[in-house]
Amino acid sequence: MTLTRRSAPRPEAAEHTTRLRPGVLAVSLAVLLAAVVFSLLAGSGELGWQRVLGEIWAQLTGGLSPLSEREAAIVWELRMPRVLLAGLVGAALAGAGAAFQGVFRNPLAEPYLLGAAAGAGMAATMVVVFAPAVTTWVVGPLPAAAFAGALLGVGLSWVLGRSAGGSGTAGLLLAGVAVTAFLTAVQTFVQQLNTDTIKQVYTWTLGGLNISGWTDVLVALPYIALAAVVLVAAARLLDVLTLGDAEAASLGLRPGRIRLVLLAAASLATAAAVSVSGLIGFVGIVVPHLVRLLAGASYRVIVPLSLVGGAVFLVLADVVARTIMPGELPLGVVTAFAGAPFFALVLRTNRERLS
Amino acid sequence: MTEATGPDPALTLHEVTIAYGAAPVVSDVSLAVGRGQWLAIVGPNGAGKSTLLKAIAGLVEYRGSVTLDSTRIDRLSPSDRARRIGYAPQNPALPERLTVTDYVLLGRTPHLGFLARETAADLSIVEDVLDRVDLRGLMGRRLGTLSGGEAQRAVLARVLAQRTGLLLLDEPTTGLDIGHAQTLLERLDQLRAEDNATVVTTLHDLTLAAQYADELVLVDRGGIVAAGKPSEVLTAERLREHYAAEVEVLTTTDGRPVVAPVRPRHA
Repeated sequence: MTLTRRSAPRPEAAEHTTRLRPGVLAVSLAVLLAAVVFSLLAGSGELGWQRVLGEIWAQLTGGLSPLSEREAAIVWELRMPRVLLAGLVGAALAGAGAAFQGVFRNPLAEPYLLGAAAGAGMAATMVVVFAPAVTTWVVGPLPAAAFAGALLGVGLSWVLGRSAGGSGTAGLLLAGVAVTAFLTAVQTFVQQLNTDTIKQVYTWTLGGLNISGWTDVLVALPYIALAAVVLVAAARLLDVLTLGDAEAASLGLRPGRIRLVLLAAASLATAAAVSVSGLIGFVGIVVPHLVRLLAGASYRVIVPLSLVGGAVFLVLADVVARTIMPGELPLGVVTAFAGAPFFALVLRTNRERLS
Repeated sequence: MTEATGPDPALTLHEVTIAYGAAPVVSDVSLAVGRGQWLAIVGPNGAGKSTLLKAIAGLVEYRGSVTLDSTRIDRLSPSDRARRIGYAPQNPALPERLTVTDYVLLGRTPHLGFLARETAADLSIVEDVLDRVDLRGLMGRRLGTLSGGEAQRAVLARVLAQRTGLLLLDEPTTGLDIGHAQTLLERLDQLRAEDNATVVTTLHDLTLAAQYADELVLVDRGGIVAAGKPSEVLTAERLREHYAAEVEVLTTTDGRPVVAPVRPRHA
């Protein structure tokens, strides 16, 4: 006779909750790993993807690599940081987008809603125009200014939205519109006075990943990691916020404070992403939507899977940007070009689930 | 008329005044509700019924005091308050794609640490309250697919999951036909009796209010104009004065008043 140990019966309700199942998380992480490896191999051109694969294998097993030392350096010092940077930026934008959609209870909300893009754009323009030659900083002046500008934009919106008074998010939203318009006007004005810099600013605006080795990755990582931890930890509170402020308060929360924490975390991630990649649109809206359609309506699923899904999406978009034509397509163009039809397809096939 | 109705008032309002701007929306309201009693707040549109309910829930600023079980609620922390007072607004947000279980589980929020997760005990409570409102079979359904009656019961379940001694429900029968409204109020009355819970509802249907509530307060222009047993409060003259309505007040066999609108007779 065999003894079988039975655990306490799982409440039936557990079957009907929307939670991140370990299996789903494992699969999504495996997909991310595959995307990273694929991106390392794709477009390896003169190195040959079999040889790059051999190099990765050699690194894992301590075996002999088919690559020369110089070729190996191209893989680990140039390609790898770029792939990881794409993943980080994608995770940041998609995670922040999910948080914005929850906080504003609006599926069209995106991370640039409160002036992060306009602030970063203005600051980047200032640097290009007024301090083009500064190269002595650790990070480079452009990323640092874009980071500060993004936070400045969001900060202005928050202060303006607060002073406009009123409860809820309407005031904040309108403040974001006003701040975006104002900062964009400043940027345009400065640009018009210095038309010779338009191309450089324009290129930055279209978004792209700098290939400056590991520095950008290491600079952006702490902010994005911190924001990701906060957003994942607070995902249950995002669910409560979807009931509206009155009900959230009646359940013992302080909606205003939670909004502040969530928007601060999301904006920190956005600022870090913008600073190293310029303005990459679409990720912040599309990825959380895909996750919502495929995995359920609870932010406890939407936030973590958006982080992973955003990373996958941008890693693959970067492959397209690098390989589809000689030279390089701006990453922001690729995300919109590839993302929009894909999004339309998913919307179509899930029509009944939307209603 | 507004002093405690029993030896053990659970809820007491003392000179509560609420002003959004300069003009008070509710002024100088005092009332008391005994434990396990059902109080219905009635009155014409814009009288301040919902605002008064929000004040008791601690959701709006007010002057005066609201006391629950001899504790002033403005001295409670938000989560302490939410462990004692359950509240459902008139038109609660029902995120369409959330499952019934996910939604009702949100009612456990005040019992969870800020970053804690629900335990099996919380899930059992959710199952229990879904049983009690007859939604056990719809645990996995998305809110957007529920009928009006089912949705109102899901809201009730979410409030019940808070496990509070006081239930504040703002027009719980909104959008329900007479049969579904009756079913919901019967269920609520049963829950109240089982838990000895105190219930305060706003109700615009005076006949239903009179059928279910132990006490009525009639509110007009932010003040209480009558309070007491339904048969004392609902008189044709009063309803003409405060609702500008022509009604006949009839009486059922159990002595509860029925308010029947009649066409004004033009002299």
